[in-house]
Amino acid sequence: MRIWVFAEEVDGAPSSLSLEMLTKARDLGDEIAAFLVGAGSSEAVAALGAHGAATVYHLDPGDILPSAAAAAALSELCASESPDLLLFGLQPTDRDVAGRLAARLGVAVLSNAVDIITADGSSRVINEILGGTTLVVTEFTDPGPHIAIVRPKSFTAEPVGSAEPTVVAVAVPDTAHSGSARITASHAEKSSGPKLEEADVIVSGGRGMGSEEHFAAVEELAGLLGAAVGATRAVVDAGWVPYSLQVGQTGKTVKPSVYIALGISGAMQHLVGMKDSATIIAVNKDEEAPIFGVADLGVVGDVHKVLPKLIEALKARH
Amino acid sequence: MKIAVCVKQIPDPATPYELDPENHFVIRPADQVLDDTDRYGIELGLQLAEETDGEVVLVSMSPAGNLQGIRQALAMGADKAIVVDDEALRGSGALETARVLAAAIEREGADLVIAGTESTDGYAGVVPQMLAEFLGMPALTFARKVEHESGTIRIERQTGAGYDVVESDLPAVVSVTSGAVEPRYPTFKGIMQAKQKPVEQPSCAELGLEAAAVGYAGSGQDIKEVRPAPERAAGVKVQDEGDAHQEIVRLLEQAKVI
Repeated sequence: MRIWVFAEEVDGAPSSLSLEMLTKARDLGDEIAAFLVGAGSSEAVAALGAHGAATVYHLDPGDILPSAAAAAALSELCASESPDLLLFGLQPTDRDVAGRLAARLGVAVLSNAVDIITADGSSRVINEILGGTTLVVTEFTDPGPHIAIVRPKSFTAEPVGSAEPTVVAVAVPDTAHSGSARITASHAEKSSGPKLEEADVIVSGGRGMGSEEHFAAVEELAGLLGAAVGATRAVVDAGWVPYSLQVGQTGKTVKPSVYIALGISGAMQHLVGMKDSATIIAVNKDEEAPIFGVADLGVVGDVHKVLPKLIEALKARH
Repeated sequence: MKIAVCVKQIPDPATPYELDPENHFVIRPADQVLDDTDRYGIELGLQLAEETDGEVVLVSMSPAGNLQGIRQALAMGADKAIVVDDEALRGSGALETARVLAAAIEREGADLVIAGTESTDGYAGVVPQMLAEFLGMPALTFARKVEHESGTIRIERQTGAGYDVVESDLPAVVSVTSGAVEPRYPTFKGIMQAKQKPVEQPSCAELGLEAAAVGYAGSGQDIKEVRPAPERAAGVKVQDEGDAHQEIVRLLEQAKVI
């Protein structure tokens, strides 16, 4: 089976999700390639090779928003190379390219995959609904190529060696007005402490923290534990913290050793982003809050009383 | 400027939906509500229309059987709605949804198309991009801020690390994240006026779409199985009597975090 994995290059490295997908692709197929969009650093190519890509198709979009061009180039390559399955990650550029490519090819996209099963030439995608309580198994029925969008951290990235992949340069096709959007500037949010996606411990706050000032206590606890700070969509929408800290369906998916949820009720859209953490601790005043359904330790109480005491106790140990 | 805003009527998220045991489709209750995340796109559309003396047309596709959520959207101030509610659409996936929306928008004409990044009930998260491909427009996606200046649209596009500034000429598709703008509350006058606003309801055939291109048959996917996910072992729940923080400290010690 011929499987291609989409890889966006950010700061000289392929997205971590692309390496997770390549690792899974190795289990599913025997002809694995990556479609790399970015400057094409030798480190990025080497990382893709090390995770199982025998071929790297490389498109350098320069300063254009790459989605339309990448989709057009991929659809031409699909016609000549006939991949069976294309994997994209649940992140902005991957979603943009997957959607446009599917529209070009007139094929289905199955999104939010947490697992992929292939047998006898058919491909099935497993996704979670209802906050992760229910699994749905869906089979592609059109002739393909089949396009799946995979949730982060569904698979663990593991290198397989250091084989040099064959690099095939792909020209930027003319997509007329569709491809005319340009990136004129890039901004990175300043953050201290570990990165949310990589952190071993995460302290997250929800609307139950009450206000932006009170949210500072979430940051203080995270500082004491060497943890990353996370937040719910409500908190990001309220403007207390930037989107880059959002955990959930429309934010980041995390699987730390310990996840501490403070003033978070546990909306489905949040649960899908953190429910697979090894240990979950939750503090919420509402005894019926859904977050307690996934918590290993649930404290029913006022976060404004519990959290200061916890911070004091931890400071006393230092 | 003529602005099309894509909106969706969904089962009320406060009450979890159920799946039909036969065909695994979402059982849509008689009363559906406007997807809350659509309010941001509507608000943005209204603001841009106010700046440009333009018009906001809502475009929706769903076999909903009623217009409750559409009236909610009209009450915010949109001028009219086009709702494609055809039995042939049952079981449509993202691709068919985008085909239908694109056909409706093409017939109506629009300088700018606004959508949310994904719906709250289906969350495939690719409809705006598909729509852009069908319409031959750039897709400026995941916008946390949108500005318009004489035919050029400029957004701040959310990225994993922060945001990129992206711009293009119109026509274009923009997908907005929640929080991009502050949605207005409908006024009493708005709610009353919404009842009188025009709602066009073209069939798939009237939009030039063949039945094979929409609905479950055309969706290229078949749900094979629905099963409960493995359950997480039940945890411990304690009431805070003033010393529950000690329980947390103990667990953090156990997990070797401290």
